[in-house]
Formats: sequence, structure tokens, C-alpha cells
Amino acid sequence: MNKTPVIEINGVSKSFKDVKAVNHLSLTIYEGEYVALLGPNGAGKTTLIEMIEGIQKPDEGSIAILGMSWKTHAQKLHRAIGLSLQETRFIDKITTEETLNLFGSFYGLGQRRTEEILDLVNLKEKRKAYTVTLSGGQKQRLALGIALLNNPKILLLDEPTTGLDPAARREIWKILEKLRSDLGTTMILTTHYMEEAEVLCERILIMDKGQFIAQGTLSELNAKHGEGDLIEISFGNNFDIEALGLSGIKKLNWIAPHTKVQIFVDNIAEVLPAVINSAKTKNIKIEELLSRKMTLDDLFISMTGRHLHD
Amino acid sequence: MTKSLYQLILVHFKTFFREPGILFWAILFPILMAWVLGVAFSNKSETLQTVYVIGAAAPEQITGEKIFGTETGNPFRIRFREAAEEEAVRAIKRGIIALYVEVRGSSLVYHFDPHNPDAQLLHLVLDRGMSGIRSNGSIEALQAKGTRYIDFLIPGLIALGIMNACLWGIGWTLIETRMKKLMRRMVATPMKLSVFLSSHIITRIILGGVETLLLFVFAWLYFGTTITGSVPAFIVLFVAGVLAFAGIGILTASRTAKTEIGNGLINAVTLTMMILSGVFFNYHNFPDWTIPVIQALPLTVLADAIRAIFIEGAGFAEMIKPIAILLATGLVTFTVGLRIFKWY
Repeated sequence: MNKTPVIEINGVSKSFKDVKAVNHLSLTIYEGEYVALLGPNGAGKTTLIEMIEGIQKPDEGSIAILGMSWKTHAQKLHRAIGLSLQETRFIDKITTEETLNLFGSFYGLGQRRTEEILDLVNLKEKRKAYTVTLSGGQKQRLALGIALLNNPKILLLDEPTTGLDPAARREIWKILEKLRSDLGTTMILTTHYMEEAEVLCERILIMDKGQFIAQGTLSELNAKHGEGDLIEISFGNNFDIEALGLSGIKKLNWIAPHTKVQIFVDNIAEVLPAVINSAKTKNIKIEELLSRKMTLDDLFISMTGRHLHD
Repeated sequence: MTKSLYQLILVHFKTFFREPGILFWAILFPILMAWVLGVAFSNKSETLQTVYVIGAAAPEQITGEKIFGTETGNPFRIRFREAAEEEAVRAIKRGIIALYVEVRGSSLVYHFDPHNPDAQLLHLVLDRGMSGIRSNGSIEALQAKGTRYIDFLIPGLIALGIMNACLWGIGWTLIETRMKKLMRRMVATPMKLSVFLSSHIITRIILGGVETLLLFVFAWLYFGTTITGSVPAFIVLFVAGVLAFAGIGILTASRTAKTEIGNGLINAVTLTMMILSGVFFNYHNFPDWTIPVIQALPLTVLADAIRAIFIEGAGFAEMIKPIAILLATGLVTFTVGLRIFKWY
């Protein structure tokens, strides 16, 4: 495949007072890619995306978008990019339709485009509603609608589904998937929902403390960092599982010393019976047992010891 | 470009007319204030005052209810009440009475705060009435238009309205837009910043014009207020006033994204000027050294200039200086405000 780079980030850093929000990052994003910046609050996702949006200036490094920089081509870039910020609020007593008309006018667009957007983000029934009366999901869809007004080549969405219930979140995902298949839009999205990253994005960048700690497709991440399957088990009394010397265990993560443990394994079917058997012979009661595929959240915990949601 | 200007102005208008609270404060409140203050200070056909009498038995002239000062055209109806001295002192402290009379043998002693003009006036009226001396010359009551309190008040209220429209209408709206991150969002489109700011100023010229017109029509119908000077000069002055306060509004709103701080900032600017600039009362009552400072305040410049047009019949010639001062104020505050303006 002949990939055209759309966004090229080169050695970018940004500090606020003593905190290094983004620490010497480089990243290239190609045309048509959907990329997720996944990480907990304070990881630097927003700072990075706002630098791409031209809202923040990097302290060092360079950002080129479609070969242009904010310094020299601000007007052109404004036209090429569509974005939604974290928690934008609109003018209370202005309706959905009027809000779209207002933003449309900034791009020289009219009522026709407003109609298309109302249709696309499924807000036709709410066209006459004041924005203050919209639900969280409707507000986010309006924000997304505004981002899409100018048919952007590049879409930058900062936590587009934070605080939404699963149904509202899925509705946004549906719109974004349609955009990818219909228009081949390039998108960067920040999120702390690993499910969102898994569903929408082929490339996932896991961020922590201003740096990428892992990146790749979901399967690449799993192959490289993911320890396959995961067993979570708690015992009635102390059980020194390491002493068993079982094969096939990649990593142990004690949640409560000697009584509750996460076992990262290649293959559940191999390890689980051995664990249960030795517990039985040593007369150790198993109180809880859970086994599943690794998620990105598990991956994040295994790399940083913290949850994505923290 | 014109499309976005039009859309922005449309949105400002809709916000204004869809918020009943804004309508009340911007349009009805100034009219109410004019009415209350105008009535309170101009219907002085008869003033009822209470005076306490202490000491020995009071002579007949100062018992019950009596009318004094009919010859001035502003008669005082005074109700006399006998009281103990401590009761009278307490009533003074509480502002119930301004003065009390002590009957001391055959003479009367007036007790009052000499710094209280009301009390002084009452004393004069009483003393004249009691001594039975008629003044040899006649007193002419001033009743011509332009000397009434309401004629002083209406131009002040118009100036105040312009200031409030700009500081709250532009300053507050900008701060709120920034607080909601809506400004960030707008700036991230190809929208021109100049169009964004002009839309605010144009909106205020139109809405402020309507507010001023309504207030004037009320004052004209109810109090017979007229514009004795040049109307075109007034219109130019009005626009200069809007530009001056729009600049101040933009400067006030240039940094903060917190509505609480914005509230404080705007209040600090508007209340200071409202009190000092002689909107309700003549600022010449302030100490002499403060007068030049007060006269340099934009609200003073605007209110005095509107008064000159309304009452003194001023035209363009007299307006050159105030208009120039207002435009310069607008230009300087706008330039500084824009330079330090936080768009994100």
C-alpha cells in the first residue's frame, strides 16, 4: 500500500510550569488511518492533540500537517481540520440548527450543509431544541457535527465519548465508522476507554507521563506486550504459587500478598488445571477464579501498575 | 465573511431576546429607575416631615400638623410630636427624623446635624415660619425644564445604560464564551477575529440604540424631557460612547475564563464609575481634588456630554472634545485588550 503521511510530529515537547506534559514525542500518521491516543488523565493526550490543532505551541520540535505548519498556513489548516474539544459548551438559548448555521457560516457554508450534518449525526428531531436542553450524547454529536461541517480531511477528537452511557457511545462510534468507510477520513482520537480504541482504531498509542509507552495494532500490542490470557485467582489461605515452578507463566502480579494474584499466561488451558491441582493437593481453598483474554486495560496495568481510568 | 458577521449578530440578538432576565435589566429596569427617581425628586408639591419637640410645653405653632414655607412654592407639611430627649436622639440616629426642637423658656433650640442638607433646609423653613418674618423680596421657584432633577437624571441613565450594555453585553459574554471553551472552538475555524469582535460591537450599537430610544420615549411622554441640542451630534456621541465602553469591555474580558472573576472585574469597573461619575447626583459634592479625576472617567465624559446636548442645547462644536476623548479611550483599551487577549 502506498501510504501518504498526513501528520508528521517530530521531537515535540511541551511543559506547563514544572510538569512535562509531552516529552519529546515523534509520530507519523498516514492517510486514512484511525489512531487512538489511549491513556489515563494527565498522560498528555490533550496537550498533544491541542498542539496538532494549533491551540498550543510546542516548546520544541515540529508538527507538519499535510506538509504545512501552523506558523505559515493557519487559515488553510483551519479549513482542512475538523475537531472537537473536551467538554465544549454551546450558547444556551441557541438551537442545534442555529449553532450549526453559525459554525457553517465560518466556512462559508449554508443551510444545505446544516441539513446534511443534522442527518449525519442524527439530530434532526432536535434541530429546534436549545443546546442547553440536549443530553450529553446529543451535545457530543452536535460537537462532532460541527467538526464535520467542512468535510475535514483530518478529524481530531478529544475524548468524544467521555461521560456517555454505552448506547450513546456506540452511536458516536457508528458515525465515525461510517466516515471511515465513506470518506477515508484520517482521525486521531483521545480516550481512556480501551474498548473505544479497540473498536475504532487500527493503531493504538498508549500514553503515560507524556510519552508513548506502547504502540501498534491491537494484535501487535498483544503479541508484543500482551501476555495472552489472564487468570485472576484468590485463595482461602496463603499459597506460594511461585514455588510450584509451573511452566507457561509469563508474569505474576500479586493483588493481595499470597492470597490474590493475577497470572499472565500464554495458554489458560495449560496452566489453569495445574494451578487447581496443586491447590487441591496442598489443601488450599480457591475462593474466586476468573480467566479471560487480556484487555488493553490489563496491558496498561501490567506496564504501569495503574488503571487507565485513574 | 459578511455571512459569518450576519450569523454572529443574529446569534447575539437571539440570546438577548430569548433571555427574559436580560430584557428586564437592560430595558425595563432603567425606565423603572427613571420613573422612581423622577417621581421621588420632582413631585415635591408637598413634603411631609416629622419633627420631635422636647422640653417645656410647646407653643401652638409647633403642635399637630402645620404647613410651612408656602411662599417658596415648595411647602413643607410638618407633623410635630412631643417626645423625650433620648427618644428624639434615637430617632435621629435611626434616620426617622432629621431634626428636633427644644423648647427652652421662650426660645427654641434646633438640634440637627449641620452636615445634613435636609436638616438644614428644614431648620431654615421652620425658623422662618416661627420668627414670622416675611422676606422682603419674593422667592422664585425654579420650574423651567432642564433644571429639574429628572432632566439631570435621564442623560445620566442613558450613559449608564451604554456602559452597562457594553461591559455586561460584550465583556461578560466574552468571558462566558471563553469559560465554555466556545471561544477556543470558534477560533479553531477560519472565522476572522475582527468579524467576531465587530459582531459584538455592532450588536451593542443596535441594541443600545433601542434601549436608549425606549428610555427617552418614556421620559418624553412621562416627564416631558426634550433634546434641546443637536440630535445628529447626540447620535455620533452615542456611537463614540459605545466604542469607548466596548474597548473597556474587551480589555476587562481579555484574560479571565472564570465568570466569578469576570463578575468582580466588571462590577469593579461599572460600580466605581456609576458612583463617581454623577449619574444620579452631582459629582461636585466630592472633594475638590477628586473632580479632575472624576471628569476624566469615560462615564463622566459621556454623561456630561449627553446633558450638554439635552439640557444646554449643545451641538457638534461642543461635542468635538468629548467625542475625541471617547474614541481615544475606545482605541487605547481595544488595542491593549486585543494585545493581551486570551483566545484559547
